[in-house]
Amino acid sequence: MTEVNPQKVSAPEADEQARVEAAAVAPSGSGGGGLRLGRMGEARHLGLVIALALLAVVGLITTPDTFATTSNMVSLLALAATIGVITVGMTFVIIGGGIDLSVGAIMALASVWATTLATQAYGPVVMAVCAILVGTGAGLLNGFLISYGRMVPFIATLAMLVAARGLAQRMSERKTQLVSQDNGALIELSTTRVLGLPLLVYIFAVVVAVGWLILNRTTFGRRTYAVGGNPEAARLAGIDVRRHTMLLYGLSGLCCGIAAVIIMARTTTGSSTHGDLYELDAIAAVIIGGTLLTGGRGTIIGSILGLLIFTVITNLFILNGLNTSDQLIAKGLIIVVAVLLQRRSLQTAT
Amino acid sequence: MAQNPGRRGFLVGGAVLGVGALAAACTSNEPAPAPSAAAPAAPAPAATGGNDAPGTKVVIGFSAPAADHGWIAAIAKNAEAAAKQYSDVEFKPVEPTNDINVQISAVESLIAQKVNVIVMLPNDGQQLNQVARQATDAGIPVVNLDRIFPDKLSYRTWIGGDNYGMGVAAGHYIGKKLKDKGVSNPVILEIQGIATLPLTQDRSKGFEDALKNYGFSVTAKQDAQFTVESGTEVASNLLQAHSKIDAIWNHDDDQGIGVLAAIKEANRNEFFMVGGAGSANAMRDIQAGSSVLEATVTYSPTMASSAIKLARLIAQGKGMSDLLEHQVPQSITLASETITKDNVAEYLPLGFES
Repeated sequence: MTEVNPQKVSAPEADEQARVEAAAVAPSGSGGGGLRLGRMGEARHLGLVIALALLAVVGLITTPDTFATTSNMVSLLALAATIGVITVGMTFVIIGGGIDLSVGAIMALASVWATTLATQAYGPVVMAVCAILVGTGAGLLNGFLISYGRMVPFIATLAMLVAARGLAQRMSERKTQLVSQDNGALIELSTTRVLGLPLLVYIFAVVVAVGWLILNRTTFGRRTYAVGGNPEAARLAGIDVRRHTMLLYGLSGLCCGIAAVIIMARTTTGSSTHGDLYELDAIAAVIIGGTLLTGGRGTIIGSILGLLIFTVITNLFILNGLNTSDQLIAKGLIIVVAVLLQRRSLQTAT
Repeated sequence: MAQNPGRRGFLVGGAVLGVGALAAACTSNEPAPAPSAAAPAAPAPAATGGNDAPGTKVVIGFSAPAADHGWIAAIAKNAEAAAKQYSDVEFKPVEPTNDINVQISAVESLIAQKVNVIVMLPNDGQQLNQVARQATDAGIPVVNLDRIFPDKLSYRTWIGGDNYGMGVAAGHYIGKKLKDKGVSNPVILEIQGIATLPLTQDRSKGFEDALKNYGFSVTAKQDAQFTVESGTEVASNLLQAHSKIDAIWNHDDDQGIGVLAAIKEANRNEFFMVGGAGSANAMRDIQAGSSVLEATVTYSPTMASSAIKLARLIAQGKGMSDLLEHQVPQSITLASETITKDNVAEYLPLGFES
C-alpha cells in the first residue's frame, strides 16, 4: 500500500470535498444513491415498526392489565437504556465496516473502575467521568490496534473482551462493589423521575439524538458511511481512514462508559459480571435494524427499534411467566427472520 | 477538516494523559474506610470440650476453586482463619483454580507431600472423584467440602450445605408470615439463580414443598444468573407483571443487590422479601430495616472453618466431644438458618462480603 498524505489530497474547498466523499459512498448504491438509501431506510423501519406493533398486540391480548400500563412502558425504556446506549456506538462501528465484541467487558471494567473505593472518594461526578474516560480509553486502544496495528477487528476486540473482563475481575477481586451512600446522587439517575421518566431514560434519548445528528448531519457521519462502504475509495478521496476507524472505536468505548454510568445507577453496583453477552445483544439489535455487517449502510433509528423489539420480547415472556429458554429461542428466530426479510427487500430494491 | 492536526493532537494527548492520571488514581481498592476486609468468620468457637487443646502436629492440605463469587472467597478465608487458631495445625493451601485439570494435579502434589489430611472443595465432584480416591487409597483421609463426590470410598467425611433446606426455610418464613396475616391467595414470587444447576432446582423444590404446608404455591418464578445485573433485569420485569405482590424469595444475596435496586427504582414496598446465602450486605440491610428485605436463609461458608476443625480431629484420631462416638461422623449437613432482624446481630460476624 502506498501512503497517500491525506493533507495533500483533501486540501480542496469544503464543497468539493463533500462531492468527493459522495463519490466514495457511491459504490454502495450508485448515482443518486443518497435518496434511494433514504427511502429504503424508511421502508425497512416500517417493517420494524410493524413488528413492534405486532408484539404490542400480543402483549395487549395476553396480559391486558399489565402490558399497556405507563409503569411497564417506563420500565421497558429503563431496561433498554443500558444496551441502547451501547447499540448506538455499535451502529457506528458496524457502519464503518468493523465490529466491536468488547462492549460488555468494557462496560464492566468502567463500572468496576468507577466504583473502587479510591474513585468513590471523589464523589459521583468523578465516578461518572472516570467510567466514561475508562470506556473511551479502552475503545481508542481497540481502534489503535485495529487501524495502526492492522489487526482484524474481530480479533482485536476479542482480545479486549477477555483482557478487560480479567482486569475488571482483578480490580474488584471478583466482588460486587456497592455505590456508597455518599454517592447516592449517582443512583438518583435511576430513581429520580422527571415527567414520569427516570433521568437515565433522558440520557439514553440524548445519546440517540446526538448519535443520529453525528451520523446524518456531519462530515464525520458521512465519512463513516464512506469508510465502511469502500475504504479504498474513501482513502483515495482523502479521508484518513485509519484515524477515522480509531475514532469510531473510541466512540463505541465512550458509549460503553455512558452505559456503565447507567448500569451503576440501576443496580447500585459496579461488578465484573455486568454486561455479560451484551455484545451479542447489541450486534443483534444492529443487524435486525437493517445495518449491513459488511459496513457502509445502516441507521441508528433501525438499531434502536431492533433493540426495543428484543426488550419487549423479554418483557412479554416474563409478564406471561414463560421461562428464559423459550425467550432465547424466540430471539434466535427473530434474528434469522429479520435478516432473511432484509435480504429479500434488498433484492427487490436493486 | 484536518487542517489543524497540531491542535487535535494536543487535545488527544491531553485526553490520554487524563486517562493515565485516572489509571494511577482510581484503581486502588485499599484506602482506609474499608470495613470489607473485616474479620472473617472467626467467632468464639463453639465449646468443643477438651478437643481444642493442642495435640499431635497435623498437616492439612487444602484445595478449592478460585474465587469468582464472594461465597467461594469466604470459603478460602474461613479455612485459613480456622487453621490459624491451632498451634498444632500446619495449613497447606494449594493454588486455587477453576480448571479441573489443574486442581487434579494440585491434589496429586498434596498426596506426594504426604499431608495428614486433605480438605477439598472440588470444582466438580464427579470429575475430581478419581483423585480423591487416590488420596484415600494412599491413606490420606479426605474431608469433602460441599460439592459431594459420588463415590463414598473417596472421602472420609462430607460437610456441606442444604439447598433443599434453604428452600424449606424460606418457604416456612414466607408461609408462616402470610398465614399469620391471614392473606388468602397470596402472590408469591421466586427469583432463582442459574436454572440449569441442580442446586437451584433443589432450592425451588424445597420452597415449593414448604409452601404447600400452608396451602400456598409459587405464583411465578424466573431465573437470573447469580449476578447483580441479571437480578435487576428479572426483578424489574417481574414487578411489572404483578401489580400487587405479597412476598418474594430471591435465591442469592449477591443478585439480591440488583433485585433490591429494581424494587427501589419501581418504588414498591407492599411486600416483603427473603434472601438466600447470608451475605454481609444482606444482613446489614436486614438490620437497618430500610428495605423490603426482611430475612435471609443461610448457606454459610463457615462450613470451611468447620471442615478444617473436622480434618484436624480426624488426623488426630479424635471424635466430636459432644457425641458419644469416638470418630468424626461420616457426613454432616448444615441446617439452613433463618436470619431476621431479631437475630441478625449474632450472625453479622459470619456474613461474607459479596
